[in-house]
Amino acid sequence: MARTERGDAPEDQVVPVAPVGEAPEAEQAGEIALASAPDVLAGSLGEYARVWLRRVRNGESGALPVIIGLIIIGAYFQVRSHAFLSAGNIANLMGQAGWIITIAMAQVFVLLLGEIDLSVGYNMAVGATITMWMVSVSHPFPTWAAIVVGLAVSTAIAAIEGMIVAFLKVPSFVVTLAGLLTLSGVLLWLYEQTGSVGLGGVISDHNGFINGLVANNVSPTASWIILIAVVVLAGGFMITRDRRRRVNGLVAPPLSVTLLKIAVMAAIGVVLVIVLNVNRGTLFAQLRGVPWVVPVVLGLLVITTVLLGRTKFGRYVYAIGGNAEAARRAGINLNRIRVAAFALVGLMAGVTGILYASLLGSISNNVNGGQYVLYSVAGAVIGGVSLFGGRGRMLGAVLGGFVVAVIYNGVILLGLGAAGQYIWTGGVLLAAVLLDALARRGTTGATN
Amino acid sequence: MATNRSGDGARPADAGRVPAGSPVSGAAPPEAGPDGSDQGPLLRLQGIGKNFGPVQALTGIDLDIPAGQVTALVGDNGAGKSTLIKTIAGIWPPSSGELIWKGRPVHIHSPRDATNLGIAAVYQDLALADNLDIVQNMLLGHEPTRFGLLDEVKMELTAKQTLQDLRVTTVRSIRQPVGSLSGGQRQAVAVAKAVMQDVRLVIMDEPTAALGVTQTEQVLALITRLASTGHAVLLISHNLPDVFQVADRIAVLYLGRLVAVGPAADFDTQSAVEFMTTGGSTRRRDGGRSEPGNTTAIAARPGPSPSSGPEG
Repeated sequence: MARTERGDAPEDQVVPVAPVGEAPEAEQAGEIALASAPDVLAGSLGEYARVWLRRVRNGESGALPVIIGLIIIGAYFQVRSHAFLSAGNIANLMGQAGWIITIAMAQVFVLLLGEIDLSVGYNMAVGATITMWMVSVSHPFPTWAAIVVGLAVSTAIAAIEGMIVAFLKVPSFVVTLAGLLTLSGVLLWLYEQTGSVGLGGVISDHNGFINGLVANNVSPTASWIILIAVVVLAGGFMITRDRRRRVNGLVAPPLSVTLLKIAVMAAIGVVLVIVLNVNRGTLFAQLRGVPWVVPVVLGLLVITTVLLGRTKFGRYVYAIGGNAEAARRAGINLNRIRVAAFALVGLMAGVTGILYASLLGSISNNVNGGQYVLYSVAGAVIGGVSLFGGRGRMLGAVLGGFVVAVIYNGVILLGLGAAGQYIWTGGVLLAAVLLDALARRGTTGATN
Repeated sequence: MATNRSGDGARPADAGRVPAGSPVSGAAPPEAGPDGSDQGPLLRLQGIGKNFGPVQALTGIDLDIPAGQVTALVGDNGAGKSTLIKTIAGIWPPSSGELIWKGRPVHIHSPRDATNLGIAAVYQDLALADNLDIVQNMLLGHEPTRFGLLDEVKMELTAKQTLQDLRVTTVRSIRQPVGSLSGGQRQAVAVAKAVMQDVRLVIMDEPTAALGVTQTEQVLALITRLASTGHAVLLISHNLPDVFQVADRIAVLYLGRLVAVGPAADFDTQSAVEFMTTGGSTRRRDGGRSEPGNTTAIAARPGPSPSSGPEG
């Protein structure tokens, strides 16, 4: 039939190729549907739910496993210790989760490329040490300058590692393992140089801004205003985007689905703000409000999600992780993207160092960077970011990092100490990887 | 294949040449084109040779690849098909001879040179990222932006239009990841991606290998479609039924030499197989210009052969 439609056939008489593939298309429809986002296939709420369920059953479950895991782990801790879901502990948890989440987010940039950065733990410690040294009592640098320099140092360190990986074609595992060892030495060396400031290998944090990231709270009123603004902006953005798609004749998720998403987002925010606005201090020394670290982390989530999902850079990161040769043939400068991704890991590591110092009120040469990199990888992988590149989202890393933080927090509440914490984290990581492997086997089994 | 061009077989191949963008002017003599660049084929190979050290892989290849036509390159294993297309695609330069693109001699030193000219070799496995969807793959490296962010709507509309132009209608959603596509659909997306970047010559190496019957039909229809939209297609295939279904011209390589080239209608399966396996044929319809076992190029040289037309 291909012969009939060649060349001179008038447009309106042309027989489309479609009938050739019609029979298999009907059979494949189910398979294809489960491989695509329901946003672009479903026309109604019910259909959306069906497509979504089918995807979940076939392993394309997105953030669902990590959310279910969070609920199970949270429920267990709540049963064992009723303090777990108290307002005081939730606020505490937010502070603890901040740096664990950002260190997991840092790793995403390189995991998506199919690379890894084992040096994030010590990189964040080095950056934080420099920042803290600059704001220590005897060095009155402005806070912003100290933060900028600390972030710049961390970014530069990771960028250098990225250049070695990209230009010299050395596996990132080895380069950043060398970075881990070197930076742990650099960290010790820094404290030898700081003299009285870093006496005993500790620099205390006297800076109000940095301490306040975890310790200070957004006032209850401001919390509500920020929440409403965020929901209105995000909702408005989603609805406008869908409308633009429809105006241009493209498939957009049904309005009911979008409204449902906005409602879920708003509900989570409302619960969080209500809980954190409860007075968790005493009657006379009231303590209430959302810790600043929460909007900071959410802001980072928005920025990095836009960066990965809506910019050329992000698109190229996914493309290189999926098929580097295809990306190269598309004219993408692979090395530039790789170095930039490593630099972003460093930048996020720098942010992590500041949140970490804010939580502890100090930074020391005793930071366990070798273990923290494992939190970083574990958080990202638990959140569904593939170690082999090309798959995963920043939201997943945030949720995965939160799981690690919940375990950290819950195990301390139960008084299990470090032993229990490591065993729990290891078990959850293994479960996440197994779930991913099983789901993927299920998917390939279905399509082949 | 259009029925009107099946009759081209007895006429010089140039009569069937369709200048890009004007599918109805196929019958006009090529000299009528006001633009000098329309003269002659899109790509002309003149005496292309390639040796790897002492090994002579290609010898004196003269071949015209006209726009708007499917030129099939056939030959047994080791005949030099891959060497030839890699020379055209810029993987390595020829050892001797000249490539003439739109009437001007060109030097293609890298795949990027080839891409810049408008030559694309489509390898489905090398061209697509499984984790990206069809739209993202098709516009990879050429994404439009709006306020500094990716303009997904424009991307999707552009991709949709290109797929429609190529009549690729078997995908349910162009937002599905390429990893979920069938082999034929992947091939179609890879071709569509190439076409989007203003490619004039599409090289397809065994595009129907490992495809089922239905998918093969889809890919062949796509190849036909490509030629009818003014693209030159160079098709490398072992599968002679496929070749005869879509090719306008057939060129046979044997041990690094071009032993036969001409309108597809001048060949039948028997003669093509003979050329491929022995370098000659006793059965060529237009009256044995070559002797059995004669391995010299019979029609690629300028001269009074069916394929050479006004080249001579």
